[in-house]
Amino acid sequence: MRPFDYERPWNIDAALAAVRDTPGAMYLGGGTNLIDLMRLGVLAPELLVDVSRLPFDRVEETGDGGLVIGAAVRSADLASHLGVRRRYPVLAQAALSVGSAQIRNMGTVAGNLLQRTRCAYFTDVTKPCNKREPGSGCPAVDGVHRNLAVVGYSPSCVATHPSDLAVAFAALDAVVRIEGATGPRRVPITAFYRDPGDDPRQDTVLEHADLITGIEVPPAGAAAHSAYRKVCDRTSFAFAVVSVAVVLEVTAGAVRDCRIALGGVAPKPWRAERAEEVLYGADATEENFARAARTEPAGARPLRDNGYKVPLVRNLLTRTLIDLAKKGA
Amino acid sequence: MHTDRTDRRGHRPGRGAGIPERADDARWRDAPWNGGHRGEGAGRRDGNGWHRGEPDGGRDGDRRGERGGERDGEWDGEWDKVTGRARFAAEYSPRAALAYAVPVQATIARGEVRNVDSETILTLPGMLAVLWHGNAPGLGVPEDSGLALFQSPKVAYRGQFVAAVVAETLETAYEAAARVRVDYAAEPHDVVLRADHPRAYRAWEDAPGEDGREAVERALREARVSLDLTYTTPAYHHNPLEPHSTVAVWEDQGLVIYDSCPGAAAVRDTLAELFTLPPSLVRVITPDAGVGYGGAATTRPQTVLAAIAAQVTGRPVQVTLTRRQMFAVTGYRTPLVQRVRLGADGRGRLVALGHDVVEQTSTTADPAAGPGAAGGPGRPVCEVLYDVPLRHRTHTVVPLDVPAPSWSRTQGDLPGVFALESAIDELAAACGLDPIELRLRNLPEADRPGSAAAGLAACLRAGAERFGWAGRDPAPGVRRDGRWLVGTGVAAAAYPVAQSPAEATVRLDADGRFRVRLAAPRMRPEERAALTTIAAVVLGVTPERVEIELGGEGGAAAGPPAPAAAGGDEPEDVVRWGMPVVRACEALAAMLGEREAHPGVPLEARARADAPDGGHAFGAQFAEARVNLDTGEVRVPRLLGVFTAGSAADADALRARFTGAMTLGLSMTLCEEGELDERWGGFLNQDLSHYLLATFADAPDVAALLLPGDGPAPDPAEADRLTGLGTSGTAAAIANAVHHATGIRVRDLPIRLDALVGRLPTG
Repeated sequence: MRPFDYERPWNIDAALAAVRDTPGAMYLGGGTNLIDLMRLGVLAPELLVDVSRLPFDRVEETGDGGLVIGAAVRSADLASHLGVRRRYPVLAQAALSVGSAQIRNMGTVAGNLLQRTRCAYFTDVTKPCNKREPGSGCPAVDGVHRNLAVVGYSPSCVATHPSDLAVAFAALDAVVRIEGATGPRRVPITAFYRDPGDDPRQDTVLEHADLITGIEVPPAGAAAHSAYRKVCDRTSFAFAVVSVAVVLEVTAGAVRDCRIALGGVAPKPWRAERAEEVLYGADATEENFARAARTEPAGARPLRDNGYKVPLVRNLLTRTLIDLAKKGA
Repeated sequence: MHTDRTDRRGHRPGRGAGIPERADDARWRDAPWNGGHRGEGAGRRDGNGWHRGEPDGGRDGDRRGERGGERDGEWDGEWDKVTGRARFAAEYSPRAALAYAVPVQATIARGEVRNVDSETILTLPGMLAVLWHGNAPGLGVPEDSGLALFQSPKVAYRGQFVAAVVAETLETAYEAAARVRVDYAAEPHDVVLRADHPRAYRAWEDAPGEDGREAVERALREARVSLDLTYTTPAYHHNPLEPHSTVAVWEDQGLVIYDSCPGAAAVRDTLAELFTLPPSLVRVITPDAGVGYGGAATTRPQTVLAAIAAQVTGRPVQVTLTRRQMFAVTGYRTPLVQRVRLGADGRGRLVALGHDVVEQTSTTADPAAGPGAAGGPGRPVCEVLYDVPLRHRTHTVVPLDVPAPSWSRTQGDLPGVFALESAIDELAAACGLDPIELRLRNLPEADRPGSAAAGLAACLRAGAERFGWAGRDPAPGVRRDGRWLVGTGVAAAAYPVAQSPAEATVRLDADGRFRVRLAAPRMRPEERAALTTIAAVVLGVTPERVEIELGGEGGAAAGPPAPAAAGGDEPEDVVRWGMPVVRACEALAAMLGEREAHPGVPLEARARADAPDGGHAFGAQFAEARVNLDTGEVRVPRLLGVFTAGSAADADALRARFTGAMTLGLSMTLCEEGELDERWGGFLNQDLSHYLLATFADAPDVAALLLPGDGPAPDPAEADRLTGLGTSGTAAAIANAVHHATGIRVRDLPIRLDALVGRLPTG
């Protein structure tokens, strides 16, 4: 690990300035991923600017019935927040599925969105990886990729994004609040992650010194009927093989509102628009749920060893829709 | 400088003040990093250095001084590992400032090191040395050629230590190691294990002729039911909590090693060979161990690296491997391809068994050594379970450009039992028989030596009753609970039991205390505690009335304990005392009536145990598996193991060993797999985020039931062998339960959801 500097500014302007003035600076939240990557030699920031104690550590009600979740809210606090549990079960369940109790106590909401892929080639500095070293190649395409992407990838990178919260936020149409050099801006979570294309280095649209300050979650409505289901290679403390976040409102036997995001299949939370289209206005029947699920992941092109993710995510989505419809009835 | 705790333990100021307890060796006491630097600056080291972590023998010496402290110390010792007080090899802080060595691992799997750019690296501040074969000191030729560090340019596997850096701080050493540029001449490598590999050689086989292979093959052709099945298991990595660590210190003319390997004598002899020293000048101290068996039972390269680095720099040097470094250099279980052929008559009686095993080894391994290092899966354990008239086994080894495999948790019996006991379950289904009934029909005759008949039958029956086996519907894939398919499975377990010769004496003294005397030179606190409990249980008294005395024969018990490295203290020496203690205490308990008849007469009983080929201990494992219809997720809500525990006295400790071992068995069945990337030739998933082990949530209900028995029993103090029996059969029981739940037979471990999803009914 290379020596680095550490600063803990007490206000956002100081934090922004500290990172802006140092090209090799990075923000530090809970550190549950960044510190590991520094130990592995994947990242070597010159300066860590600790933003975990900036005043973005609360879940706040907005006037219209939505929420703003502070960037520094810990996953554990999000999972146990009463308003979140009642009005956005999908988000509370996703937060509870993060890592282990220790990880949830440390990891922040913004850090969860910004964690890096767990592709084993990315974390192994003795092997090529376009995300780490642009142009070095992607060994995963023909290598060990059982748990990598089936859709939305590019020949230069087949990594998946590992965040659970991002999948729930995508189904909730959440918006990321960002402070940057040009002032504050808002980016919908669905536009927050970049397609890997030819340059998979940057996972998100954030520029240097941009700082997430919070996540806006629109007013609840249908979100009270929502669920997050995560399937892993062991019972707890693992990244999703696939996951689904579903918001489903059924009125008089018909689907009135439906928002679906898939995790573990793509470099970003994958909004299942095709399935949503099939379901809007349709009768809330098991047949229709299965028919909708069969359209996803739309455009899937599984790699040699991960074709199982396609039936897996379809089955999981069908079942989650059925269970939610039953619950709502 | 002393903490309260230290004083309570009875250390005398001035003696315990940071000096390792080597009262027999004045040189050691006077060495510059001990006495020479005592004083300012030493306080921190005192707080977590020598006085807490000195060899156990030393503590014994101190305890004798003050009885109050002895009691406390003894019972504290049992908890040290869970309270964080235990000190491990890497925590020894010699007086002279430690330097740190970090290895540089090969990034090719085969070829030669042409050059190492040491000049640039040495300009970094705090650097002491860069070591590679171009500048490292010459070493003697060790038995294990993998320990001849930096002696030749040859690279035999990816991850081999090809260089190392030594620096003032650990951080500098890591950073420098990452920057070292190694220039290789790479050659094409070959790392993929295949049964038909052209370089494969037959390590051994049963008689190939008329009585052997031909007879088996004819019988298999003619059998009423005949199965030909292939099972594979992946590479398994040890992943102990304690990373392999060594602190090496060169004194006037000898070498002192603090090592995580529990086998002090083996390490001493290896180092003596490498550095051409008489063994008496190599002192190996093996403190509390957080790692053992296949991962650390033998000397590992970090020990040699520490010794070389300390020699070259003239400083005490510490080497602690990272988790990632451990995957290549601390041994692993070879992946295996096992073909099992079974023939049976119409009543489910076995008529022939063929078991063909293929494993890998490194290109540097000596072919003459055979597959013994990994303990062949086809070894007799697969013979003792059932009575098969005709059997034929082969063992094939494929030398590849891979690190040398080792035992992993247990010897090869573990994957061997997985294959055999899966095949037996498949045979039961093919014969239309309940799998317990099929096993009972094939038990060997009860009067045959080493027969499984009594023990195994008892385990199967008792387990069936406890588990609720009766009335089990044999049809696979028909039981549902919500969205889960439910099934149950059973498998036999067996593990060889060997008892090294050992003797114990127990004496009831006039003060009413029982003194157990053993010829052990020293003993770890947890072993001492286990033996105290065992003796107390057998004698029917409270542990407070039992003392364990160490020392040689003939009343030497009160004398100073022999130094750790004085010789003869192979690791098995300190774990072999359970059985003689049990026997001696039983004998004394039987004599206690005499005591009442003749008060005042001291009673003494002596017992010896010696069973180098002690037969086998047996067990039966039962599993319930639930498989999610939608996702293929496998859950094991219940695991029950029933074991012939013989005269095990400390049943709680024994059950804990077994449930721990069964959890390991579950982990290898459902989670673990060393993933090879054949293009680079090394393991890819080299951390615990990628190499998954079972969590608590994966093993909610693991229970062990102990059956008393007359047969050979595992030594109650022998953790390793109990692990062998406890893990044996778990994988097959779970795989059989998954088949019963789903109708899908998974013959390739681990059983993960991708083997099942998409093949299950979706309605």
